[in-house]
Parts: sequence; structure tokens; C-alpha cells
Amino acid sequence: MANPFAALAEPIRAEIIERLAARPMAVGELAALLPVTRPAVSQHLKVLKEARLVRDRAEGTRRVYSIDPAGLGPIREWLDRHWDAALAAFAAEAEKEGQ
Amino acid sequence: MTAPTQRIAPAPIRKTLRVRASQEKAFRVFTANMGRWWLKSHSLLQAPQRDVLIEPRAGGRWYEIGEDGSEQDWGRVLAWDPPRRIVLAWQLNADWAYDPDFETIVEVTFTAEGEETIVAFEHRDLERYGERAEELRGGYESGMDGGWAALLEGFRGVAEKA
Repeated sequence: MANPFAALAEPIRAEIIERLAARPMAVGELAALLPVTRPAVSQHLKVLKEARLVRDRAEGTRRVYSIDPAGLGPIREWLDRHWDAALAAFAAEAEKEGQ
Repeated sequence: MTAPTQRIAPAPIRKTLRVRASQEKAFRVFTANMGRWWLKSHSLLQAPQRDVLIEPRAGGRWYEIGEDGSEQDWGRVLAWDPPRRIVLAWQLNADWAYDPDFETIVEVTFTAEGEETIVAFEHRDLERYGERAEELRGGYESGMDGGWAALLEGFRGVAEKA
């Protein structure tokens, strides 16, 4: 699942994003803050990473996750989705006969 | 170097589409008829949107007009080169408010290919959303808090409707 909208539709993933927006954290730190198991947090992070909403880096033996500032931030995603819909509507209008 | 600075530097949004229409018609529908295809829900007006208008010249306004006659600026025309190319300044900031001191760039080119037209769309300089948020909110950290929270709210709304 690489769709950021789908990635964020799950409330726990939206909460992970909010936590990481405050500061970068490792899986264990996130799991301690959230009402889900550590493997579940890892799974959610995998989805968020595939959607390019978060990135990770190695720090000693752990992986620290943060918001991906160079990736597909929410505003870019909103605009991307907006233009997809708008351009599809434009194409349909342009292909109408008799203008 | 004290604290590392982090910037939101997203890649440009790029779309290419093939339209079964002449170059002239594609350009005209994109510019003169924007109100016919624009998503009516994507409006800043209180009243329902009646039309979206682009004044056909460099420096012209790009704005929407409501059923009640109210107008809302969105940006302006940076380059007007019919039927080949238009460059628009999209001046809606991260709070979806018109901000004359803020601009991102929308460039659309129309290339004839037989009886069809290749439309290449680009919305770029999106990193300015990060810079502007930083300026407005006085720093990256607070900007992230306020900005992300608000954006996530909007995002959820869209995701739920999807």
C-alpha cells in the first residue's frame, strides 16, 4: 500500500505521524506511547515508509524514524490528488465535441 | 552550525496526459473554460462557485467567482503563450489562504501530436510551503506541530470520503 491517504486512514498511523512530527523516535519508544504492540508499530511504520511519509536511519543497533521532509508530505499529496482529479476532468471536457 | 536545519523539499508534481483534442482546443479549455472542469468543492468561497477565471495576459489575475458575485484571488498569470504554454502562480498558502507574498508555480505545456495533444503539467517550488510555514510560525519545530496537525485533519477528511 503506497497511497498516503490509505496510509493515514488508519487512526493509529495518523497518531504515529503526529508523534514523529514532534520528534524522531525508535520503534520501542513509539510502542511505549501507543496502545499497540511493538510488532504492530513496526508494521504500521512499514506502511508509512512505503507511502513516503516517514523515513528511517540506523542509530547504533536501533532504527530511528522521522517524518520524511524530502518525501511526499501531506500538502504535496493533497495537491497531487487534487491535480489528478482536476486534470482528468479537464481532459474529459477538452474531448467533448462541438466546442 | 548549531541546530541542523531541515526543510520540506518535496519533488514537483508532474503529470502528462494525452488529450483527444487539438492543441488550440486543449489550451482554450484549460484556460478559458477552467470553471467547467474545476472541482467545485475545491473553492475558498462561502457561496457556491460559479466560475474560475484566468485573465488572458501575463500579469493577469487567476481567481474564482461565486454565485453571489464574490471573488477570491488564487494567483496570477506569469506567462501567456497560447496555444503552447501557460505559467501560473498558485498563491494559496499552507492554510489555504490567498497570500500575495507566497507563490508556487504551475506550468502547463500543450504539444500537438497528430490530432491529439500532449499536456504536460507541473506544479513546482512546493518547498516554499515549508519555508513560508517557518516564517509565519517562527521556526521549524512549532511550524511542524501546527502545520502537520492541521494538515492531518484535512487529510483524514479526504481519506474518509475516498
